[in-house]
Amino acid sequence: MTPALRIISPGLSTTVQDLGRPGFQRLGVAVGGALDPVAFRAANMLAGNSGNTGVLEAVYIGPSFAVEADDARIAFAGADATIEILDDANATSGETIAPMRSVRLRRGQVVRIGSLKNGTTLCIAVEGGFDIAPVLGSVSTDSRGQMGGWQGRALIAGDVLPLHRSTVLERDEYRIDGLDLTAPRLFRAVLGPQRDYFSEEQIEHFFSAEYTVSAGSNRMGMRLDGRPIRHSRGFNIVSDAIATGSIQVPGNGQPIVLLADHQTTGGYPKIATVISADLPALGRLPIGAKVSFAPVTVEEAAGERRKLFAAVDEIAGKLVRIAPPSAAVASRLLECNLISGVYDAAA
Amino acid sequence: MFDYKVLSAGDTALVVEFGDRIDRELSTAVLSLAQGLDAERIAGIVETVPTFRSLMVHYEPLVLPHAALAARIDEQIKKLRTREVIGHVWHLPVCYDPCFSIDLDDVARRTSLTPQQVVERHSGPTYHVYMLGFLPGQAYMGDVPAELALDRLETPRTKIPAGSLAIAATMSCVFPLETPCGWHIIGRCPIPLWDHARGTALLAPADKVTFVPVSAREYDTLVTRAAEDVLRLEPVSEFAGAVA
Repeated sequence: MTPALRIISPGLSTTVQDLGRPGFQRLGVAVGGALDPVAFRAANMLAGNSGNTGVLEAVYIGPSFAVEADDARIAFAGADATIEILDDANATSGETIAPMRSVRLRRGQVVRIGSLKNGTTLCIAVEGGFDIAPVLGSVSTDSRGQMGGWQGRALIAGDVLPLHRSTVLERDEYRIDGLDLTAPRLFRAVLGPQRDYFSEEQIEHFFSAEYTVSAGSNRMGMRLDGRPIRHSRGFNIVSDAIATGSIQVPGNGQPIVLLADHQTTGGYPKIATVISADLPALGRLPIGAKVSFAPVTVEEAAGERRKLFAAVDEIAGKLVRIAPPSAAVASRLLECNLISGVYDAAA
Repeated sequence: MFDYKVLSAGDTALVVEFGDRIDRELSTAVLSLAQGLDAERIAGIVETVPTFRSLMVHYEPLVLPHAALAARIDEQIKKLRTREVIGHVWHLPVCYDPCFSIDLDDVARRTSLTPQQVVERHSGPTYHVYMLGFLPGQAYMGDVPAELALDRLETPRTKIPAGSLAIAATMSCVFPLETPCGWHIIGRCPIPLWDHARGTALLAPADKVTFVPVSAREYDTLVTRAAEDVLRLEPVSEFAGAVA
């Protein structure tokens, strides 16, 4: 039998994602990829995978799925969540774990994840990865382009995602300590490319205003609510290309920050672009979050990019082995229970 | 020498802008620069994305800093006039039959032409592929004859079938996938413009396209043959055009 994960409930919107498919935007193909590439990397490190292995990315509400492999090692990184490990699909309760760790599961066990907190996405990596054919070099799901990932769409109940491995490496589990995946309120942005569609006064307003992430935000774009920005030269431009992080200002003056699944081209003036180092944190902002922007230069942004890369490299140093319950400890626990019914942690 | 501006689009992309209008001369400059930069295989350039009047260059700033990239772009622009833009010439079959051209009567009414005249005028010109965008494989082909260049519908449709041919102001577009659409639909193309299995687009920026009207019956035959993968539309010829 092909090793697999069977989706019992897809959550709000769970898709297969890696770091996207750059290189084909000239053909109209969106880059896509994980909204939070740092969480993506962390999940894969915990699962023992190489850098760009596809994961499940859950948004706001996590999925439930059953293990259909002899063993599977699964790792979780991203927003806070309560992750229940049930012995089978009929169990009503089980062990509860938090993200930022790996766990070894056996055939028939079920993972049930509830609402995500303090973030928007949770990356779920499986040791060895999913056995899904890449499209244009990537397994990321492109829902608009109806390609990649699992049948070019978000997961639905009953999907059976094949795995590369039917069992796992014999090793201990790990957690990551001290990796901050909370979103800041201040994001840095480089002015342009259409800064000349806005007066100096309006640009100043943009950088001093506080915005709220509004409903209607999705993987394509984050819609912001706040004091509108007025255009000085109209709001239609001849369509040009869009970069991830572009902040476009449509006719109503409410900015939209373009995220991973954005269209390759668009026709609204773009006042500024969030710097690449801040994009992973941008992907963590939930609806209702408050956000402001601060101007930086391209050179400063490149320096911040270097720091982000260094921070990602440092994740490996934050891996902590989770000590397995040894046979001696287990029998001692049993003994304590038999004798007094109380386990004294200091004993 | 072309006038151009280099605009920042964050720290990993910049825009080389030649103007602010849709114009073949600007487009040729954009496409020539794209082909020139691509041919150089400059370390640090991730990809180039040509649009109507500008070229976006995605780059890795830790390999190729913004200023160094701008210098390489300037070198390329100095050579633009000596280079030709390479593309293919296509004869793209399109069925304007009423079963597909749901807005043809509306277009005829708005333009005071007969449906037959709309078809003749639409299929008359050789179109230039300015760019691909919006959906995988979707080409923006111009220019639509001025009398046919209609604005959007008042109420966009939530869904149109893959292959739909639309007039989008001065552009003609064939939508490679089912999509919401606010433009007038005047026909359908039986040839897939995007190949999901191979991840390839039929048309490329700088190609030239003529629409060849086919009957509903011919349309069906072509759809069947394309689905069976026995039909691979080949370009009629190559061309190399000088940058104006």
